[in-house]
Amino acid sequence: MRKIEAVIKPFKLDDVKDALNKIGVKGMTISEVKGFGRQKGHKETYRGAEYQVDFVPKIKIDLVVDAAMSDQVVATIKESASSGKIGDGKIFVMPVGEAVRIRTGESGREAI
Amino acid sequence: MKVWIHIIALIAITAVNAWAGDDTPTALSNKEAIILVQDHANYLWTLIAAALVFFMQAGFAMVEAGFTRAKNAINILMKNLMDFSMGSIVYWAIGFGLMFGASGTGWFGTSGFFLSDFTPDGDPWVLAFWMFQVVFAATAATIVSGAMAERTKFTGYMLYSIGVCGLIYPIFGSWAWGSLFNGSGWLEGLGFIDFAGSTVVHSVGGWAALAGAIVLGPRIGKYLPDGSMRPIPGHNMPLGALGVFILWLGWFGFNPGSTTTADKSIAMIFVNTNLAAAAGAILAMVTSWFKFGKPEVSMSLNGALAGLVAITAGCANVSPASAVIIGCVAGVLVVFSVMFLDKIKVDDPVGAVSVHGVNGAWGTLAAGIFNIGGTTAGIIGVQLLGIAACFLWTFPVALVMFKLIDKTIGLRVSPEEEAEGLDFSEHGGNAYPDFEVSSYAQS
Repeated sequence: MRKIEAVIKPFKLDDVKDALNKIGVKGMTISEVKGFGRQKGHKETYRGAEYQVDFVPKIKIDLVVDAAMSDQVVATIKESASSGKIGDGKIFVMPVGEAVRIRTGESGREAI
Repeated sequence: MKVWIHIIALIAITAVNAWAGDDTPTALSNKEAIILVQDHANYLWTLIAAALVFFMQAGFAMVEAGFTRAKNAINILMKNLMDFSMGSIVYWAIGFGLMFGASGTGWFGTSGFFLSDFTPDGDPWVLAFWMFQVVFAATAATIVSGAMAERTKFTGYMLYSIGVCGLIYPIFGSWAWGSLFNGSGWLEGLGFIDFAGSTVVHSVGGWAALAGAIVLGPRIGKYLPDGSMRPIPGHNMPLGALGVFILWLGWFGFNPGSTTTADKSIAMIFVNTNLAAAAGAILAMVTSWFKFGKPEVSMSLNGALAGLVAITAGCANVSPASAVIIGCVAGVLVVFSVMFLDKIKVDDPVGAVSVHGVNGAWGTLAAGIFNIGGTTAGIIGVQLLGIAACFLWTFPVALVMFKLIDKTIGLRVSPEEEAEGLDFSEHGGNAYPDFEVSSYAQS
């Protein structure tokens, strides 16, 4: 099993979700995060004073999938989350030790 | 001890009376004094009502902020602040004169610009009347910001505010209300009934809103290519509800205040206003319950407003029972209107067109149908004429104006600015700096 973490632009979330759904990935967890890489933040003004906001809102998607599917999932995310502009995000893949479904107690591949 | 105090008091009172009684009251001076007291009461009531109607600006601001996304909150507030502020100045400069100035033709006024009717030693009634009228003009103007929310350029919107308070609103207003001051209107001459402005204020605002929403186009992500509609939920229902309650309160100035007289007729107007709002809220809730399976808050809130708009024309000439009926119809009408506009892909984030345009028309018609003295084909005919005249004046002129603005300085922001949020792109700010304000609904 592999865990795939993708940090993407928020407005791309629905596109990614739909694309993953199409290739058979039915579940995921997302969190609202902030971050920056090469994309710079922006300046905001409040009552005459300027301040720099470095962190840009992003969405992080966490998925655990079968190792055999992993490449396809990464490619799907890369394609659906891409806007071509700076700040599109990154995808990370890491191995998973164990997975358990809480309701039934299933583990391993049956759990994901 | 007590006896002495009473005796001294009696002497003192007699002395004061003797001194004050140099001008013994006559029947004539009494009559003048009574007229003056009524005059003062009229001023008092009119200006208190004007303050209540002014407070409706807060109501509109909160409704619009609550029903739209957080990333555009500052922009909505700025638009509301400015359409009132710029509208006030423009109405002082041009609008009031066009609406209430001496009108030879019955189509527009030609005097009273820059409040020229006021002289420091003259009758200040013009000031009280102007104050009451300017908050009405601003109400018409601010209706539009809701329908055009989340994608309109700030500069374009400010230009529009000048146009609506300087031209569109006062011209139609002069047709229906000119004789309330120095003017006279062709429509009122036919017996058109619109006591507090279902058509003059709300339909004008509603049809201008429709024109704006059409020229702008829908928000990105609202209507999908496959024909389906995606909701873009408002970010703060408590603010939205607060706004509706404030508007309801303000309407107690809007409708009864239109007497500009402190007399007993305001009682029935108060009651009619309240009953119609309540009926509208209930029926909108019930309608949404049937249509969507659960009582829905934003539709119910819109229903209360729809009832208020609908009773505005006839609040002084229909019975309380009729007010309930009028409100009921408004509540049902607003829900179906909102759904219809979405069906034809006109994106109205807060339901402004449905609440103000559609129910302004219904309310005007209802004022004829439910007229206490009985109705006739003639009465209804004039009401329909007024409704049509308002649409035929407001909608095309607003459409042209928005198209002109679009062609010159641009009316809509770029897709990137829209996605980022107008708070940052137009105002360099963030309404909620302590919170993460990024909506991951499409755009």
